[in-house]
Amino acid sequence: MADGAKPVGTQRTRLIGGPGMLLVWLYGVMVVGAVSRSAYQISTEFDRAPLAYSLSAIAALVYAFITYTLVRGGETARKAALACCAAELVGVLVVGTWTLVEPSAFPDATVWSDFGMGYLFIPVLLPVTAVFWLRRARTAAAV
Amino acid sequence: MLDALTIATSVAALALAAWCGFAAFRDQPTKDWHFIGMAVVTLLTVVQLIVGIVQLTGGNDPEQGTTLFVAYLIGTVCAIPAVAFMSLAERSRWGSATVAAGAVVLAVLEVRLYDIWGG
Repeated sequence: MADGAKPVGTQRTRLIGGPGMLLVWLYGVMVVGAVSRSAYQISTEFDRAPLAYSLSAIAALVYAFITYTLVRGGETARKAALACCAAELVGVLVVGTWTLVEPSAFPDATVWSDFGMGYLFIPVLLPVTAVFWLRRARTAAAV
Repeated sequence: MLDALTIATSVAALALAAWCGFAAFRDQPTKDWHFIGMAVVTLLTVVQLIVGIVQLTGGNDPEQGTTLFVAYLIGTVCAIPAVAFMSLAERSRWGSATVAAGAVVLAVLEVRLYDIWGG
Protein backbone atom coordinates (compact mmCIF):
# COMPACT_ATOMS: atom_id res chain seq x y z
CA MET A 1 0.00 0.00 0.00
CA ALA A 2 1.34 3.43 -0.88
CA ASP A 3 1.68 5.49 2.25
CA GLY A 4 -0.04 8.42 0.56
CA ALA A 5 -3.23 6.37 0.34
CA LYS A 6 -3.47 6.21 4.12
CA PRO A 7 -5.85 8.68 5.68
CA VAL A 8 -3.83 11.19 7.67
CA GLY A 9 -3.64 10.61 11.41
CA THR A 10 -5.06 7.10 11.44
CA GLN A 11 -3.33 3.85 12.24
CA ARG A 12 -3.61 0.64 10.32
CA THR A 13 -7.16 -0.64 10.35
CA ARG A 14 -7.29 -2.97 13.30
CA LEU A 15 -8.74 -6.28 12.18
CA ILE A 16 -8.62 -8.09 15.50
CA GLY A 17 -10.91 -5.87 17.54
CA GLY A 18 -14.21 -7.28 18.76
CA PRO A 19 -15.40 -10.31 16.77
CA GLY A 20 -12.06 -10.26 14.94
CA MET A 21 -10.43 -11.67 18.08
CA LEU A 22 -12.73 -14.67 17.99
CA LEU A 23 -11.89 -15.16 14.30
CA VAL A 24 -8.16 -15.05 15.05
CA TRP A 25 -8.60 -17.76 17.67
CA LEU A 26 -10.57 -20.03 15.34
CA TYR A 27 -8.13 -19.47 12.50
CA GLY A 28 -5.27 -20.10 14.92
CA VAL A 29 -6.84 -23.41 15.89
CA MET A 30 -7.21 -24.35 12.22
CA VAL A 31 -3.57 -23.42 11.57
CA VAL A 32 -2.32 -25.61 14.40
CA GLY A 33 -4.70 -28.41 13.43
CA ALA A 34 -3.97 -28.36 9.70
CA VAL A 35 -0.20 -27.75 9.98
CA SER A 36 0.41 -30.47 12.55
CA ARG A 37 -1.91 -32.89 10.83
CA SER A 38 -0.39 -32.48 7.37
CA ALA A 39 3.18 -32.43 8.70
CA TYR A 40 2.54 -35.63 10.62
CA GLN A 41 0.79 -37.40 7.76
CA ILE A 42 3.18 -36.30 5.03
CA SER A 43 6.20 -37.34 7.07
CA THR A 44 4.84 -40.72 8.14
CA GLU A 45 2.47 -42.05 5.50
CA PHE A 46 2.49 -39.80 2.46
CA ASP A 47 2.15 -42.67 -0.02
CA ARG A 48 -1.15 -43.80 1.40
CA ALA A 49 -3.10 -40.72 0.27
CA PRO A 50 -0.81 -38.18 -1.42
CA LEU A 51 -3.66 -36.07 -2.80
CA ALA A 52 -5.48 -35.79 0.53
CA TYR A 53 -2.34 -34.91 2.47
CA SER A 54 -1.19 -32.35 -0.10
CA LEU A 55 -4.59 -30.66 0.04
CA SER A 56 -4.36 -30.54 3.84
CA ALA A 57 -0.95 -28.88 3.52
CA ILE A 58 -2.36 -26.27 1.13
CA ALA A 59 -5.23 -25.62 3.54
CA ALA A 60 -2.67 -25.16 6.32
CA LEU A 61 -0.78 -22.54 4.28
CA VAL A 62 -3.96 -20.62 3.49
CA TYR A 63 -4.99 -20.62 7.16
CA ALA A 64 -1.55 -19.49 8.28
CA PHE A 65 -1.57 -16.61 5.79
CA ILE A 66 -5.07 -15.44 6.76
CA THR A 67 -4.17 -15.52 10.46
CA TYR A 68 -1.06 -13.44 9.76
CA THR A 69 -2.97 -10.83 7.77
CA LEU A 70 -5.68 -10.57 10.45
CA VAL A 71 -3.11 -9.98 13.17
CA ARG A 72 -1.11 -7.53 11.05
CA GLY A 73 -4.07 -5.36 10.08
CA GLY A 74 -4.15 -2.55 7.55
CA GLU A 75 -5.91 -2.09 4.25
CA THR A 76 -3.59 -4.25 2.12
CA ALA A 77 -3.77 -7.04 4.65
CA ARG A 78 -7.54 -6.72 4.74
CA LYS A 79 -7.78 -7.12 0.97
CA ALA A 80 -5.33 -10.01 0.97
CA ALA A 81 -7.29 -11.69 3.75
CA LEU A 82 -10.52 -11.15 1.84
CA ALA A 83 -9.06 -12.77 -1.30
CA CYS A 84 -7.73 -15.70 0.73
CA CYS A 85 -11.03 -16.22 2.50
CA ALA A 86 -12.73 -16.38 -0.89
CA ALA A 87 -10.09 -18.87 -2.08
CA GLU A 88 -10.57 -20.82 1.13
CA LEU A 89 -14.33 -20.94 0.65
CA VAL A 90 -13.89 -22.15 -2.94
CA GLY A 91 -11.38 -24.72 -1.71
CA VAL A 92 -13.71 -26.05 0.96
CA LEU A 93 -16.63 -26.26 -1.47
CA VAL A 94 -14.63 -27.90 -4.27
CA VAL A 95 -12.79 -30.37 -2.04
CA GLY A 96 -15.94 -31.04 -0.01
CA THR A 97 -17.93 -31.87 -3.14
CA TRP A 98 -15.01 -33.83 -4.61
CA THR A 99 -14.76 -36.06 -1.53
CA LEU A 100 -18.46 -36.78 -1.72
CA VAL A 101 -18.57 -37.43 -5.47
CA GLU A 102 -15.40 -39.47 -5.75
CA PRO A 103 -14.49 -40.95 -2.35
CA SER A 104 -12.07 -43.41 -4.00
CA ALA A 105 -9.64 -40.55 -4.75
CA PHE A 106 -9.32 -40.01 -1.01
CA PRO A 107 -8.18 -43.08 0.93
CA ASP A 108 -7.82 -40.79 3.93
CA ALA A 109 -9.59 -37.58 4.93
CA THR A 110 -8.33 -34.06 4.33
CA VAL A 111 -9.07 -31.04 6.50
CA TRP A 112 -11.71 -30.05 3.96
CA SER A 113 -13.35 -33.47 3.47
CA ASP A 114 -17.15 -33.45 3.59
CA PHE A 115 -17.08 -29.64 3.97
CA GLY A 116 -15.02 -29.92 7.13
CA MET A 117 -17.39 -32.18 9.02
CA GLY A 118 -14.54 -33.59 11.09
CA TYR A 119 -13.88 -30.05 12.34
CA LEU A 120 -17.48 -29.25 13.30
CA PHE A 121 -17.98 -27.56 9.90
CA ILE A 122 -15.72 -24.74 11.07
CA PRO A 123 -13.81 -24.79 7.73
CA VAL A 124 -16.96 -23.91 5.78
CA LEU A 125 -18.45 -21.48 8.30
CA LEU A 126 -15.23 -19.59 9.04
CA PRO A 127 -14.58 -18.02 5.60
CA VAL A 128 -18.19 -16.84 5.33
CA THR A 129 -18.00 -15.19 8.76
CA ALA A 130 -14.57 -13.75 7.97
CA VAL A 131 -15.73 -12.23 4.67
CA PHE A 132 -18.62 -10.49 6.48
CA TRP A 133 -16.26 -9.24 9.17
CA LEU A 134 -13.63 -8.00 6.71
CA ARG A 135 -16.21 -6.16 4.61
CA ARG A 136 -17.59 -4.55 7.75
CA ALA A 137 -14.08 -3.53 8.81
CA ARG A 138 -13.74 -1.55 5.59
CA THR A 139 -17.03 0.26 6.16
CA ALA A 140 -15.94 1.07 9.70
CA ALA A 141 -12.59 2.38 8.46
CA ALA A 142 -14.29 4.58 5.87
CA VAL A 143 -16.42 6.31 8.51
CA MET B 1 -7.05 -42.80 35.87
CA LEU B 2 -6.39 -41.11 32.57
CA ASP B 3 -9.92 -41.76 31.33
CA ALA B 4 -11.44 -40.29 34.48
CA LEU B 5 -9.25 -37.20 34.09
CA THR B 6 -10.21 -36.85 30.44
CA ILE B 7 -13.89 -36.92 31.30
CA ALA B 8 -13.44 -34.51 34.23
CA THR B 9 -11.48 -32.08 32.02
CA SER B 10 -14.05 -32.12 29.23
CA VAL B 11 -16.90 -31.51 31.68
CA ALA B 12 -14.94 -28.65 33.28
CA ALA B 13 -14.17 -27.22 29.83
CA LEU B 14 -17.83 -27.32 28.81
CA ALA B 15 -18.80 -25.64 32.09
CA LEU B 16 -16.24 -22.91 31.42
CA ALA B 17 -17.58 -22.54 27.88
CA ALA B 18 -21.13 -22.11 29.19
CA TRP B 19 -19.99 -19.64 31.86
CA CYS B 20 -17.98 -17.45 29.50
CA GLY B 21 -20.61 -17.82 26.79
CA PHE B 22 -23.13 -16.47 29.30
CA ALA B 23 -20.80 -13.53 30.04
CA ALA B 24 -20.57 -12.83 26.31
CA PHE B 25 -24.34 -13.05 26.05
CA ARG B 26 -24.66 -10.48 28.86
CA ASP B 27 -22.18 -8.21 27.07
CA GLN B 28 -19.50 -8.58 29.74
CA PRO B 29 -15.73 -9.00 29.45
CA THR B 30 -13.97 -11.79 31.36
CA LYS B 31 -13.58 -11.04 35.08
CA ASP B 32 -11.25 -12.32 37.81
CA TRP B 33 -13.58 -15.21 38.57
CA HIS B 34 -13.46 -16.32 34.97
CA PHE B 35 -9.68 -16.32 35.09
CA ILE B 36 -9.77 -18.47 38.22
CA GLY B 37 -12.02 -20.87 36.30
CA MET B 38 -9.58 -20.89 33.39
CA ALA B 39 -6.74 -21.58 35.84
CA VAL B 40 -8.62 -24.55 37.28
CA VAL B 41 -9.24 -26.04 33.81
CA THR B 42 -5.62 -25.42 32.81
CA LEU B 43 -4.48 -27.13 36.01
CA LEU B 44 -6.55 -30.17 35.07
CA THR B 45 -4.87 -30.31 31.65
CA VAL B 46 -1.41 -30.03 33.26
CA VAL B 47 -2.23 -32.90 35.62
CA GLN B 48 -3.46 -34.81 32.59
CA LEU B 49 -0.18 -34.16 30.76
CA ILE B 50 1.81 -35.45 33.74
CA VAL B 51 -0.39 -38.53 34.20
CA GLY B 52 -0.23 -39.20 30.46
CA ILE B 53 3.57 -39.09 30.41
CA VAL B 54 3.76 -41.28 33.50
CA GLN B 55 1.48 -43.80 31.76
CA LEU B 56 3.73 -43.73 28.68
CA THR B 57 6.88 -44.34 30.71
CA GLY B 58 5.02 -47.07 32.56
CA GLY B 59 4.88 -49.03 29.32
CA ASN B 60 1.28 -48.33 28.30
CA ASP B 61 0.93 -47.50 24.62
CA PRO B 62 -1.81 -45.30 23.18
CA GLU B 63 -3.87 -47.07 20.55
CA GLN B 64 -3.26 -44.54 17.76
CA GLY B 65 0.40 -43.80 18.35
CA THR B 66 2.57 -42.01 20.89
CA THR B 67 3.36 -38.96 18.72
CA LEU B 68 -0.29 -38.15 18.21
CA PHE B 69 -1.03 -38.69 21.90
CA VAL B 70 1.74 -36.37 23.11
CA ALA B 71 0.83 -33.74 20.49
CA TYR B 72 -2.76 -33.69 21.72
CA LEU B 73 -1.66 -33.58 25.37
CA ILE B 74 0.46 -30.49 24.62
CA GLY B 75 -2.38 -28.95 22.60
CA THR B 76 -4.82 -29.33 25.49
CA VAL B 77 -2.42 -27.58 27.89
CA CYS B 78 -1.95 -24.62 25.52
CA ALA B 79 -5.59 -24.02 24.57
CA ILE B 80 -6.95 -22.20 27.62
CA PRO B 81 -3.87 -20.02 28.39
CA ALA B 82 -3.94 -18.85 24.75
CA VAL B 83 -7.57 -17.68 24.91
CA ALA B 84 -6.98 -16.24 28.40
CA PHE B 85 -4.36 -13.86 26.98
CA MET B 86 -6.57 -13.04 24.02
CA SER B 87 -9.43 -12.11 26.37
CA LEU B 88 -7.01 -9.83 28.24
CA ALA B 89 -6.27 -8.05 24.98
CA GLU B 90 -9.94 -7.84 24.03
CA ARG B 91 -11.81 -6.37 26.99
CA SER B 92 -15.31 -6.78 25.58
CA ARG B 93 -17.94 -9.45 25.19
CA TRP B 94 -15.87 -10.82 22.31
CA GLY B 95 -13.06 -11.66 24.71
CA SER B 96 -15.52 -13.78 26.67
CA ALA B 97 -16.79 -15.36 23.45
CA THR B 98 -13.20 -16.25 22.50
CA VAL B 99 -12.66 -18.00 25.84
CA ALA B 100 -15.95 -19.88 25.37
CA ALA B 101 -14.79 -20.99 21.89
CA GLY B 102 -11.43 -22.01 23.34
CA ALA B 103 -13.12 -24.14 25.99
CA VAL B 104 -15.28 -25.84 23.34
CA VAL B 105 -12.15 -26.60 21.32
CA LEU B 106 -10.57 -28.06 24.46
CA ALA B 107 -13.60 -30.31 25.00
CA VAL B 108 -13.27 -31.57 21.42
CA LEU B 109 -9.54 -32.20 21.94
CA GLU B 110 -10.39 -34.23 25.05
CA VAL B 111 -12.78 -36.43 23.07
CA ARG B 112 -10.04 -37.01 20.47
CA LEU B 113 -7.55 -37.73 23.26
CA TYR B 114 -9.90 -40.35 24.66
CA ASP B 115 -10.06 -42.02 21.22
CA ILE B 116 -6.30 -41.84 20.69
CA TRP B 117 -5.63 -43.45 24.06
CA GLY B 118 -8.14 -46.14 23.17
CA GLY B 119 -10.65 -45.48 25.99
